[in-house]
Amino acid sequence: MAGQVDTAWEPSQVQRERDAWRRRRTVRSAVVAALSTVLVLGALAVVVVSSPGWQRVQETYFDWDKAVDSFPAVLEGLWLNIRVMAICAVLIVALSLAIAVMRTIRGPVAFPLRLVGTAYVDVFRGLPLLLVIFLLGFGGPALSLEGLPTSALFWGCTALVLSYSAYVAEVFRAGIESVHPSQRLAGRSLGLSYGQTLRHVVLPQAWRRVLPPLMNDLVSLQKDSGLIAVLGVIDAIRAAQIETAKDFNYTPYVVAGFLFCCLTIPMARLTDRYARKKGYHGAGGHL
Amino acid sequence: MLKTPRLAVAALATATLALTACAPTDETDTASDPSADTSETSAADECTPDAMDTLTDGTLTIATDDPAYEPWFVDNDPTNGEGYESAVAYAIAEQLGYTQDQVTWVKVPFNKVVQPGPKEFDLDLNQVSITEARRKAVDFSSGYYDVVQTVVTNTGSAIDGITSVADLADAKLGAQVGTTSYTAITDQIQPSEDPAVFDTNDQAVQALKNGQIDGIVVDLPTAYYMAAAQLDDGVIVGQLPLPEGEPEQFGAVLGKDSPLTGCVSQAVDALREDGVLDQIGQEWLAQQGAPELS
Repeated sequence: MAGQVDTAWEPSQVQRERDAWRRRRTVRSAVVAALSTVLVLGALAVVVVSSPGWQRVQETYFDWDKAVDSFPAVLEGLWLNIRVMAICAVLIVALSLAIAVMRTIRGPVAFPLRLVGTAYVDVFRGLPLLLVIFLLGFGGPALSLEGLPTSALFWGCTALVLSYSAYVAEVFRAGIESVHPSQRLAGRSLGLSYGQTLRHVVLPQAWRRVLPPLMNDLVSLQKDSGLIAVLGVIDAIRAAQIETAKDFNYTPYVVAGFLFCCLTIPMARLTDRYARKKGYHGAGGHL
Repeated sequence: MLKTPRLAVAALATATLALTACAPTDETDTASDPSADTSETSAADECTPDAMDTLTDGTLTIATDDPAYEPWFVDNDPTNGEGYESAVAYAIAEQLGYTQDQVTWVKVPFNKVVQPGPKEFDLDLNQVSITEARRKAVDFSSGYYDVVQTVVTNTGSAIDGITSVADLADAKLGAQVGTTSYTAITDQIQPSEDPAVFDTNDQAVQALKNGQIDGIVVDLPTAYYMAAAQLDDGVIVGQLPLPEGEPEQFGAVLGKDSPLTGCVSQAVDALREDGVLDQIGQEWLAQQGAPELS
C-alpha cells in the first residue's frame, strides 16, 4: 500500500478497451440513427416535393411574403389567446380543486356535496365545448340580466372555465385518491383535522402526481382558447382566417400553427424539467 | 445486440418504398398552356354542353354554401330556381345550352371552394367578391352583381338615424369573417372599437339582438333581408359610399385556370347585356329606402 501512494490510479487495460468499445458503439448508434432519419425524412420530402400539386401547395401554404405580411395580425390575435389562457387557467385550478375536494369528502352528511360535484362533472364533461361556448356566449347576454356583462370575452372565458374545470377536477380527484389511505390516517393520528390533513398531507402529494396530466390540459386549453372566436373576438386563428380571405392564401394558418407550437412546446419541456428537478414521481420518467 | 437488426432495416426500406410508391401522379394534365389567356373569350361555338370540359360530361355542376341565405337562395334549396343566385345560375346554364335537368347542385363550404387542388364543381355562386389578390388562387367569371355595403342596426341603437360615415367612428360594428364587409369596416369606416367577426351572418344578428354590437355591415340585399325578416325592429342605417376605383362585384368562382372560365364569363356578360340580370334583380332584390351615408 505504502509504495503505491505516488502512482495515480489508472484504469486497467481491460477497462480501457471496454471504454473504447463503448465509445465506438455510441458513435456507431448516432451515425445509424442519423442515416435512418435522413433516409426517412428525405424520402418524405421527395414524395411531397415531387408531387404534381406541390407548387400550388407551396404558393398557397408556404409563401414567405404572405407569412411576413400576416405575422403582426396573427401575433396580435395570439396575445388574446395567451391572456385568455392565463386568466382561465387560474380560475380553472381554483374551481376544479374545489370540485375535486367536494367529490372526495366522506361521510353521509356530505352526500349533497358529492352529488353536486358529480352532477357538475357529468354535465360539463358530456357537453361539447363549442356547444357550451355557443349556449353561454349567445344565450347569456340574451338574458339581459342587470349587472351581468354582455362582453363576448367574459362569456367565452366562463364557458372555457366551466368546461375545463370538469376535466381538471377529475384529474385532481384521481391524484387525491391515489394518496395511500395510511397517509391520511397518519395525519389524523397526529391530531390534524380533516382540513389540515388535506392541506398539508394529501394535496401536496396529489399535486405532484398529477402535474403531467395538468400540463396536458393546460396545453389543450391554450389551443381551445381560440374557440371563443365564434363569439366575435379575434384570436390567432381568426386573425389568420381574415388574412387568408384577402387573397385565398393559407399561409397565415401555418404561421398561427407555428406560433402555437412555439408556445406549447417550451412550456411542456419546462414543466418536465421542473418536475425532474423536484424529483416528482412520474415526471419525465424513462421506460 | 451486436448483429445488425435486419428486421428494422427491412422495415425502414419497406416504409421508404411504400412512401415513394404512394406518391400521387397527375391524373389529368392540369398544367395549362401559359400562352392561353383565359380572359380571352373563346369562340361561341365552343361553349356548348358537348364541347365544354365539365366535371361530368353533359351536366353543369354548380356549388354553393350550406346554409344558403335569402335573398340569394330560398329555403336553403338552390335547385328551385328561386333567389337571385339560384336564378342567375340557371340563367347561365341556359345561356350555355344546358336544360334545367342538366344542372347538378353540390354543397361546398366557402373554405373548400378556395382551397388549392381539384374542385368538385364547375362553378360556385356564393356571394364571393372579385378582387385582384384573390385571382391568384381562383378564377372568377365576370361580375353578376354590383355590391353595395350597407349598415344595419336595431331601432333606437346608438347608430340609428346617423347620416354620415364619420358618425360610425365610435360604433362597435360586426361582420362575417372573410368578407369584403369586414374590410369595409377596417378600411373605410375605421372605427375606434375593434370590429366583431362572426362565422355567419346569423351569429352577427344574434349578437346585435343581444346588444353586443351596435350594427352589422353586409351587402344591401342581405341587409334588406335582415331588417325585414331576422331582426324584430331592424332598420337600415344606410349604404356606405362606393370606394374609389372599380365597383365591387360578386363573381362565380372557378378552379384556377379552369377551361370553363371564358364560357361562363361570356354567358354572364350576355345576361347583363340582355337585361336578364336586371330582371332577376328586380324579382329577388327589390331595393328601396336605403339612404346613402355621406
